[in-house]
Parts: sequence; C-alpha cells; structure tokens
Amino acid sequence: MVEATIVRVNSLAAVSRDSASSPQVSLAVLPDAAKLVFRGRPSSIGAAGEAFGVELPQTANRFREAAGRKAYWLGPDEWLLEAIGVDSSELFSTMSEKLASHSCSLVDVSHRSDSMAIRGPMSEYVLNHGCPLDLSERAFPVGMCTRTILGKSPIVLSRTEQEVFHLDVWRSFSPYVWSFLDEARQEFLHDQSARSPT
Amino acid sequence: MRYRLPAGGRIDRSKPLSFHFDGKKYSGFAGDTLASALIANGAHLVGRSFKYHRPRGIMSAGADEPNALVGVGSEEARYTPNLRATQIELYNGLVAESQNRWPSLSLDFSGANDLFSRFLPAGFYYKTFMWPASAWKKLYEPMIRRAAGLGRAPEAADADRYTQVYGHCDVLVVGAGPAGLAAALAAARSGVKVFVCDEQDQMGGSLLSEREATIDGQGAADWLAQTIRELKSRTNVVLLRRTTAFGWYPHNFLGLCERVTDHLGLAITKQPRERMWQVRAREVVLATGAIERPLVFPDNDRPGIMMAEAARTYLNRYGVLPGSRAVVFTACDSAYRAALELKSAGVEIAAIADVRSAPNGRWMERARAAGIDVRPSTVIAGTYGRLRISHADLARISGGTMGHPETFACDLLLMSAGFTPSVHLFSQSRGKLVYDEDLKAYLPGTSVERERSVGACRGVFDLGASLADGFAGGLSAAKALGGTAAAEHKFSVFAQSLGRDGFIGAPPSGGKSRRTRAWVDFQNDVTAKDIELATREGFRSIEHVKRYTTTGMATDQGKTSNMNALGIVSQTLALPASQVGLTTFRPPYTPTTFGAFAGQSRGELFDPVRKTSIHEWARENGAVFEDVSLWKRAHYFPRPGEDMHAAVRRECKATRESVGIFDATTLGKIEVVGKDAAEFMNRMYTNAWTKLEPGRLRYGVMLREDGFVMDDGVVGRMSPDRFHVTTTTGGAARVLALMEDYLQTEWSDLDVWLTSTTEQWAVIAVQGPNARKVLEPLVHGIDISQQAMPHMSVQEGHICGVPTRLFRVSFTGELGFEVNVPMGYGRGVWEAIYAAGREFGITPYGTETMHVLRAEKGYIIVGQETDGTVTPDDVGLAWAIGKAKKDFVGKRSLARPAMSRSDRKQLVGLLTVDPNIVLEEGAQVVADPSEPVPMTMIGHVTSSYWSVALDRSIALALVQGGRARIGSRLSVPIPSGPVTVEVVQPIFYDPEGKRLDG
Amino acid sequence: MLLIKCPFCGPRPELEFSYGGQAHIARPKDPASLDDESWAEYLYIRSNPKGLHAERWRHIHGCARFFNVQRNTASDAIVATYKIGEEPPKPVDPGLEEWSSRSGAAL
Ligand SMILES: [Zn+2]
Repeated sequence: MVEATIVRVNSLAAVSRDSASSPQVSLAVLPDAAKLVFRGRPSSIGAAGEAFGVELPQTANRFREAAGRKAYWLGPDEWLLEAIGVDSSELFSTMSEKLASHSCSLVDVSHRSDSMAIRGPMSEYVLNHGCPLDLSERAFPVGMCTRTILGKSPIVLSRTEQEVFHLDVWRSFSPYVWSFLDEARQEFLHDQSARSPT
Repeated sequence: MRYRLPAGGRIDRSKPLSFHFDGKKYSGFAGDTLASALIANGAHLVGRSFKYHRPRGIMSAGADEPNALVGVGSEEARYTPNLRATQIELYNGLVAESQNRWPSLSLDFSGANDLFSRFLPAGFYYKTFMWPASAWKKLYEPMIRRAAGLGRAPEAADADRYTQVYGHCDVLVVGAGPAGLAAALAAARSGVKVFVCDEQDQMGGSLLSEREATIDGQGAADWLAQTIRELKSRTNVVLLRRTTAFGWYPHNFLGLCERVTDHLGLAITKQPRERMWQVRAREVVLATGAIERPLVFPDNDRPGIMMAEAARTYLNRYGVLPGSRAVVFTACDSAYRAALELKSAGVEIAAIADVRSAPNGRWMERARAAGIDVRPSTVIAGTYGRLRISHADLARISGGTMGHPETFACDLLLMSAGFTPSVHLFSQSRGKLVYDEDLKAYLPGTSVERERSVGACRGVFDLGASLADGFAGGLSAAKALGGTAAAEHKFSVFAQSLGRDGFIGAPPSGGKSRRTRAWVDFQNDVTAKDIELATREGFRSIEHVKRYTTTGMATDQGKTSNMNALGIVSQTLALPASQVGLTTFRPPYTPTTFGAFAGQSRGELFDPVRKTSIHEWARENGAVFEDVSLWKRAHYFPRPGEDMHAAVRRECKATRESVGIFDATTLGKIEVVGKDAAEFMNRMYTNAWTKLEPGRLRYGVMLREDGFVMDDGVVGRMSPDRFHVTTTTGGAARVLALMEDYLQTEWSDLDVWLTSTTEQWAVIAVQGPNARKVLEPLVHGIDISQQAMPHMSVQEGHICGVPTRLFRVSFTGELGFEVNVPMGYGRGVWEAIYAAGREFGITPYGTETMHVLRAEKGYIIVGQETDGTVTPDDVGLAWAIGKAKKDFVGKRSLARPAMSRSDRKQLVGLLTVDPNIVLEEGAQVVADPSEPVPMTMIGHVTSSYWSVALDRSIALALVQGGRARIGSRLSVPIPSGPVTVEVVQPIFYDPEGKRLDG
Repeated sequence: MLLIKCPFCGPRPELEFSYGGQAHIARPKDPASLDDESWAEYLYIRSNPKGLHAERWRHIHGCARFFNVQRNTASDAIVATYKIGEEPPKPVDPGLEEWSSRSGAAL
C-alpha cells in the first residue's frame, strides 16, 4: 500500500490570496470544520442535540453555539451541525451510534461547503448587493441563520456578531460568492471615509 | 454667456466649467445642466426631430424633455446616447453631441423629409413599405433606421462599474418637492426608517425655482435648506439624490436608479457610475409632482418655444434668460407668473395670448398692472423662424372662427396648457385612475398597494395645500406601520394660488388644422392631424391610436403628449375624455441603462462558474473545457499539435487498451437515508430496490409522472437504510426537488430524508483493463479483486489515506472503478492515482471521449437520447422496470395505449454504408429519400461519433418502429445528398460485455 | 418581486422561492384503478383563474418546505399562506381580499 499525504484544498484558497483588509469591511476564510446534516422526526431532535453536544434550536432560523460547536436550524426537520477541530468521520460514527434507534438521517457533508466571514460596519450593505433580505439588526439579529441567496448562488448566512456574518457556501459556488462580495466592497477599499448610503 | 444674469440662481459663479457641444467649446458654471448652460450661451437648437428632421430646441427643464436628446462622452467606452440635456449635470470637459442629423445640426439633408411630410402620415410604415416583402430587409428597414432614429449605441464595452443593492425601509418617499419633503419630515419625526429619493441633483423640486413664497415665515429657499438639514441630521433617514424611481413592482418593491458619479465626468473613485436600488418599502408616499402640458398649435415645435415653467426654472434656478422678447400662450394662471418673473428680470413680454375667454383673478390683474398686453380668447395661429422662432401670429377666436392674425416678433414663445399629474408609478402599482373633469387630468383613485399619493401628483397644486397634503401623507404612512405618529404640523404659507384651469387637445384653430401641422408628440413627430387621421380611419381605442400613430411611444412615453392626444381623440370622436381612456404606464419612468440592470453580473461574475476540485489539474494539463449547466468540464486533453479528433482518438484508444482517468465529480449525488429508504426508492425509480444487497450497485431509471424518462444514474446501497444515489450533472437539482416534493406533499409518512452530497464527493473514474492494477496499491481496507468486488458493487474504506466509497462500475464497457473521495482531497487523490498509473500509460480523458466510449456500448445519455417524450422501453430500458411493483412514479402513464404502440420512436444503431461519413447529430431519418420535400421524417440521429475501436463511424437514433427495422436500410438527408444507413442493434462494441471484467 | 410569507420563516422575497403549480391535487392512492381519462385529468388538467388561485410554492432557498398560497392572479395580492396538509382558509370575499392585501397579509 502506498501512503501518500493528501492535503485538503479549500476552494477559497486561490481567490482569497492577498485579500485586502479594510476596517470597513473585510473578508476571511473560516477554518475547515466537520459538518453534518441531521434530519429527522421530532422525537429524535433531543437525542441528536445530546449526541452532538449542542441542543438543536427549534426556533426557525436560529443557531445555537457551545464549546466551538454550532447547530444551525435550516428547516423544521433539518439542521447543519458544525464542529471545528474534530474529525468528521469520528463525529459521524459516535453520533450515528447514539442515534441508531431513532428515526432520522445523519450525513457527513464536511467537504460540501467552505465558509467565509464578512466583518466590519459595511458588512450589511455589502451583503445587500446580492442578498435580498433585510439585514438590519431588527430583522436579522445576532444568532439568526438562514439559507438564502447571494447573487446567483445559494448560501447559508448567519450573524455571529453585530458586524460579523458567516457564509457557508457550496464549494463550487464559493469562489463566485467571495469574488462577488470582494467586488461589492470596492468602494470602501481605497477610501477609509466612504460610508454606505444607508 | 450672453444670457446669464450677473446674480441669482443656484449656480456657483466661482466655479466656471468648460464643455463641448457638437465640437464647439462653451462655458457654464457648477450647478448648471447642459441645457441651462447652452441656453446661457444662446444656443437653443439642440437636435433634429425623429421623423421629419425638424430643427428642435430645449422645451422643458426636466425628465419630460422630448427634444433635447444628446449623446454624452468623449470616449467610446463611456459614451451614452439619448440623454436629456435638461437632466445632464455639467462638469468640466463634458463632451456632448446632437443626434439624428447629417452632416450637421444646422444643415441636415434629411430635413427634406419635412418637405415631403404629406407623404409620411400616420401609419406610413404600414401603408408604404408593404411590398415586396423582400424589400423590407434590404431596403426599407435600413433606410428607415438610418433616417428616423435616435442616438447610436456605443461600440466599445462599457468601462464603468455598476452595482445593485437591495434596500429596506419603512417609508419610501418618491420625490422631494414640497409635498415629498413634508411627508419625509412627518415620517422621519415619527421615528420610522425613511428613504427619500429624488431624480435631481438637489432636493426641493419646485422650491428650487421659487421666488416669492414663504413657508413658516421663511423664504422658500431658507425653509428648504432647514428642512434638508433636519432630515440629514436624523439617523433614520436616507436621502438619495440623483435617484430616479423608475419602476413599481408587486408588493411595494420599487426600482431606483442612482446616478452616483455621472456628474463627476470621470470615475475618480471606486464608486459605481450608477447604483440600482431594489427597495422593499413597507409604505410608500408618492410625491412625484406634475408635468406642464404644451399647447397644440401650428408650428409649435420651433427652437425657442418652451414650457412656461421651464423658462421660470432657467431664470430662477440657473440665472439664465431663455430669450429677450417673449410671446406667452396659455390656458392657465401659472404662465402669468412666469411672464411676470421674466419681465422683472428684463425679458420683454410681447403679449399673453390666453385661450380662455374670460381669464380673471390676481395673476391676470398683476400682469395687466405690469403693463403686459393680455389677450383673452386668443390663440397662436402660426410661427416663423428656421433655426429659432422669430415671429408668432396671434389670432382672436370668436364664435368658432379665427380673426385676422397679428404678427409679433419674438425669440421666445412660452406655452402652458396646465399640469398633468405624474401618476406613472401609481398606475404601475395597478392603482385605479379616475378622470377629473375640472382639472382635465387623471388622478390616483383606489390604491392597490400600501401607498398614498400626495401633492401635485394627485392634483393638489397650491404650495400650502401641497405641504399640508404631504405632511398628512407622511403621518398616515407612519400610522399604517402601527407606530406612534409625530405631532401634526400646520404650515403657514404665503403663496398666490395658481388656480386649477387647464386645457387638453388642440385649441380652436378656425378650421385650419388640416393645412397646418401642430405637434402633439414632439419626440415621435406626431401631429394633431395624424391623430385625427387615425380616428377617421376607424381607430377608436386609445391603445390602437397610440400604436398606429406612435404617439406616446417614444422614450419619454408621452409625458408631455398623452393628455393632448387623448383630448384630440375626444374632440374628434365627440366622446367625453373620461370615456376615451388612457394608455398603460410601464416601467421605466425614464430610460434606464443596461449597465444598471446588469449590475455586477458581467464578466467573471455573470454566472457562478462551478469547478471541481480537480479542475486546476486539468487546466494545468492543457484541458479544453466545455460548459455543462454551470459546470466547467474537461472536454478533452489535447497534446501539442492535436485537434479534438486526434486527442479523442488517443484518449479512447488508451482507455480501451490500458487505462484512462476521468473527472466525474459533477454527477449529482443524493444521500437517501431512513428505515423506509428502500420503499421510497421503489416509489421514485422504475427499478426494484428491496432485494438489492448492501454493498451492491444498480442502474436506476427515474420517470416523470407522465411516464417519460427524466433522469438516470447508478445507485449504491451503503447499508439497509442508506442509499448513495447519483444523477445526471444537469438533473441534480431537479431530481432532488422532485424527490422532496413527493416526500413532503404525498408520502410524509415515510421515514426517509434526503441530503444533497453532490459537492461532498469528488469522483474519479478509472477505466480500462489495467484499472485494478492502478488502484490496488493505493486502497486500504478494501479487497478490490474480481471475487471480492465484482462489477456493480461498492465498498467503503480508504484510498491514499483518505476515506472513500469505491464503486466498481463502468460507463465505458471496460473494467472500471469510480473513486469517491471527500471533495477537498479530490486533486490529491487524482494525482496519486495518476502517478500510480504512469507505468500503464494512464491517460486523462474528457467528456468527448466519455461520450464516444459509452455510445460504442449503446449506453444512453438522458437529454441526448431522451427529450422528455421517451419511455424506458423506447430506449431499450424495459429491463429496468420492476414489473412486480404495484406502483412507482410514472407507472400508470406507461399503461396508456399510446405508450406501447409499435410505431413509437425506438432507439437503434445506425451504420453508414460509407463508414467514413460521420452523421450530424439531430439529422432527420427518412425511409424514402426520393420523396419530394418535405419528406416524411421517421426519426432523428441522437448521437454520432467516430469510433476508434471499430475504425468507422457509429450513430444512435430514435426511429419510428425502429427495432422492427433492424437489418433494413434508411436514409439520412444531408445538404450534400442522402446518406444510406443500415439499422442495427444499438450496441457496437463487445455486445457480450466480456470486457467489464477486464 | 413578490413578498411571500413562508409559514415557517415569515415574509421572504420571491427570489428565495420556486413555484410548484396548482395546490390541492393529491396523487391518487391507487393510480392503477383510474381509467385513462381520470388519470389524464390528474396529470394535465389545471385551472387557470383570473382571481383567487390556490398554488404551491417551495421556500427552496430557505427552509426548503413546500407550502400553499392563495394568490389573486390578477392583482398578485397574497391572501393566505398555509402548510401542506392544512385546510385552505375559507374563500375570502372579494372586498375583503382587497382590504387584506392592503393591510399586508404578506407583510
Ligand atoms: Zn421557509
């Protein structure tokens, strides 16, 4: 048997190289994570939360976080579970065992998407170049997450802080999403005093 | 600047600017528009009319301008045609040119059209350019396009940046004139989030040209400044200047186009040239104002003939005198105000002709007191002057007859027929309009969306009333949002009322209208005569009159002409105007650039370009790519000097003789999990799944409910309750959506859940007799021997140290594997396999070779052999139908008699009698090529390639009753003549399938 | 762009949704028992009213759920949205419908 060291390549590696940082709005690639999709009957939700270590939020469009793990509500029977610094196969096996007697589905999607963050006071405005949602804190508070779209790509958008959003994007769409946001923030890159009209 | 006043106006005399118009250098000031700067230089002639090439001047001071359309931009990549000079803010170095003239503006050869105008009546396109039909393309159309046209489209790609942004607010106020500003104040003070947009560079609307009115004890200008200050200071208010609300879309969604850097000339920042706002407003206040109507009188289109309010604007806002001696023609009071203000600035007022028989009131008294010659019951009977008006004939009308005309010298003629409320956006929102007899205008009636109109756009013209109306509208919007509205405010306003008089149609002309031309639609060159002709020829509906005469169909959409056209139809048909109806308003309110509509969606960002994790390797190794839905797929890998055919021959040969490697990552993948997974698969696919053992693969066929093939793919049973389903590349989203549909809406009792894993797995196909030898040393925990891993099986384990789902499957007919690894490892594993395959001459191949290899085996491609009208049996897949299953999607439809007719088109192979001819895909198949055209077509070629393995051409085709024709000969007509083909079984290579095991 | 109230996520822009055709057409429990005419009826025959229409939408770029919508095809006013399996609300009288769209059933 040949043992080769296979390196995981992030789809944003090339496009994010030399990304200009700006106090008004910056983009960053988030670390690779173990990601599982959990779907199941209501009776299995509690057990899934226990197995994962974060109670699954049952309020629509909210995520919950504990000890570096996040559970995102994606639909009434669908959650995205994310854990940084964990081997996804191991997480999958332990959870599968604990959920064996439950009516549910667990699928490893760790490589399906890559994640990025957009931060800074102009984040809402820059995101609104492609995302049609009202991103004001009134409508999209910290702790909210949802599938939505950005330009011509589906994304999972979440607000982790007042001026920080995370985007989880299917791999083949992620360079597009990055470039789209990077283009939209042009007006703030070279002019520190530029402000969004809103 | 001969006509510039030494003081006054809102221009900045400390900032002189220079610009070019038609190659001539002029100067102006910051704050000017191109129109005001031209007028300051005494230049009124700015264009030639659309059809007759008549000299035309600046008629208005805003968005309603029909004549002064110019092209702006010194570089081709920044050139914009058809801009209204009245809306172009002047900047230093601006270069503008007139349009629709040759060789020059003052000497235009097509002006001859004007001499022959009686041969170009309404509908002349339809009447004249009828026959022969062939002349249209070669003769008529190019001629019409050259002679009658607007500006030219720039030939270079647009160099500027355009963006789009979604906005959300509680109250959107459209228009920042007095009513809009009052509404904004009321909403802002109520604490809700307010957007205010206005198309001009400064907010204020009519207040920007106001001289004598006072509001709350201040001059209008001071009140305006204070109001803007207050709005700016509030964090809940967004003020958008230079922003046109051009369209209303359902559910309070409005399109706004903000011209961000146009007024700067050069893009000196990374700001976009234009920004398209798509705003969802919980409540909307429309304060869009009103447009002054021209009067329809003979030769009313000469340069120097201008709207009365426009003249006021040039005087008061820009400090420009639009002429030195003016005749005024009016049907309402406001023109008296214009006359008085111009007179006080030094313009001689020759006379005021008032179409009303007994004008009275304060304004008329003031005009008489100022010594102006006011003539009631008087019309303009004609005008003179080639490139600028020089004289006007005034004639008294009494008892329907026109008196003897009296000629007045003038270089300016002001006209006003009253005001037409701008109900464009209201009407676009599908609100119902009602006709106001008194005002001779359509006003907003019942709202359909969450919106209210305030001020002049609903016929409230007087300043005090307009402010009060606006403020009340702002409060009502705030209240509708459920919050607490701000305190009421009573404006104390001093301003002379302008009354509500107005006129639509053509004023009395003493029966001379047949011989003279009075323009109704200036931009499309439609005269009163044209409209009368249309009604005489039987057109009754205003929509038909519009299309026949083209009135209201120009780029200004009839802002100044629609009501007069309606009035003339009403006059000629003797129908009340309210019964004539009004044409439909459509977006955009003013022409909007393609750049703004495209926004960021251009170049690299036009569409997402989906690439697999192996894409970069393919690129570095010379792959030529093809688009498959949004994916880029390696089409073939040419070596130096190879064309596609040479590369494909080499790739095919290598794969059949040793081993090839292919990126199959784009295949759709769905993980179907749950205790009812097999039952769900039974219902979705034609095949039977219950007995498929874990660790085995099966080729699955999916139908639509109508019984036709929708998708196919290999499915692996990973465990009793888990299936790894693959779909076609293009069908991935569609298949998942259909599955979810049934699961959510029909079979919610099933314990099964779907998760898309398309992008979780990179898929590396390793195909050919040496495939096993290449993979064997790389896998860990998997026995890939023939005994342990037969054709159509799957095992989980590791390859090169990363997890894999290894499929033993073949789409080539050779011994084959498909290595699924987590996507991020795709390239690493590919490179490792490639390295391990070196000793066997492993050859990367692309989609073209994949197609050839599968066609040699007669494997279908959904979307190529199928087209949505093909049953499984049609393409030889009857074996894939689980006959014992009671039901599956599409089963009932297969039982319809038409689905089993023997003359259905069936998949067959075609071999050309001349083996060197490769048929065209899509070519028709006929039985008898001697039949006259159109021949009876009995089928078509679906796939056609050069087969390296057979050293000849091969083709697949769908042919009526095809299977019964096997062994017979048919014909495929191509341009060079019919090609004789032999009908054969749709499998050309290794029919026994011996090679699958290597 | 319509604003559609997803029964799970609340009001969302139309861009996040896909249209799913006429609502309340159940797949026959035993298709084999239907004659060709009834099967064709199920497959192909749809109403196309000017006015109130019950239709399916899917919040595909959201919670991914199918649900039902009552929409006036002439005015685009959305009168009600409700989950799959829920009874459609009683038909609204035309006057009320206009009122409810103005009062923001969708907002
Ligand atoms: Zn939803």
